[in-house]
Amino acid sequence: MEGALVAAAVLVAATVFGLIRRRRDGVLRARGGDGDVSETLGSGDLGAELGEKATLVQFSSAFCAPCRATRRVLDEVATMLDGVAHVELDAEDHLDLVRRLNVLRTPTVLVLDGAGRIVRRAAGQPRRADVIAALGTAIT
Amino acid sequence: MQVDPRGQRFAAAVTTVILLAVLVNGNGVLLAAQALVFAMATFFGLRFAPYGLVYRLLVRPRLGPPGELEDAGPPRFAQGVGLAFTLVGTVGYGSGITWLGIGATAFALGAAFLNAVFGFCLGCEMYVLIRRITAKIRSDREVPA
Repeated sequence: MEGALVAAAVLVAATVFGLIRRRRDGVLRARGGDGDVSETLGSGDLGAELGEKATLVQFSSAFCAPCRATRRVLDEVATMLDGVAHVELDAEDHLDLVRRLNVLRTPTVLVLDGAGRIVRRAAGQPRRADVIAALGTAIT
Repeated sequence: MQVDPRGQRFAAAVTTVILLAVLVNGNGVLLAAQALVFAMATFFGLRFAPYGLVYRLLVRPRLGPPGELEDAGPPRFAQGVGLAFTLVGTVGYGSGITWLGIGATAFALGAAFLNAVFGFCLGCEMYVLIRRITAKIRSDREVPA
């Protein structure tokens, strides 16, 4: 009897979780409200040069199905727009950075402005139009 | 190796039904059978996993070819996570620690359900978290000379 109750509770909880996750997945959000100074990343942190105008940073991992599709989207956008770089980091090789930024999932995508400040962040695969819109706020 | 992602969804749906039956009936033997299925997928690959075979022989011929293939690494890793939980659950039911059996099965059920209904791979998502924790433990142990 208690097994059946637990089963019902799990299905309800998983449905709620799945619906919320589906709505939030890949949505690029502005970081740090309340005048919070947002984190700044440099080429030393990334092991790669920042883009002149903006940088798309992607954290990936070995066991991540949406990472490949995310790479395709970000590569395409970075190729299309001048001065925008795409840097993909393996989360396992950058665990210090992963902890510092509290990356919980892969892919996690950061949008940096020309100075390396994090202006947007998404967990999950972002949509192409959203990435372009986020770059609009990063560049101006 | 590439696999048909719909095969994963199918396998997750079958797993969901099996784990529901385990919980409702408190059936540790059925849970052990599911652990064996997870073990086969983990060690021999998804193509040779029982539910994958059923999908290939019975379901896929009725569907068109897949629109996109997916890397087998992430779902195979997730099958390993499922194996760990179902083994703990089997030990729980087998040794009379029923709450352990129910708890571990409940977690595996949640993961299988999310995969079947939403295509969300909870086991895959755990990889980075597990690595964050294990790497921390290792670096804490390494005392600088």
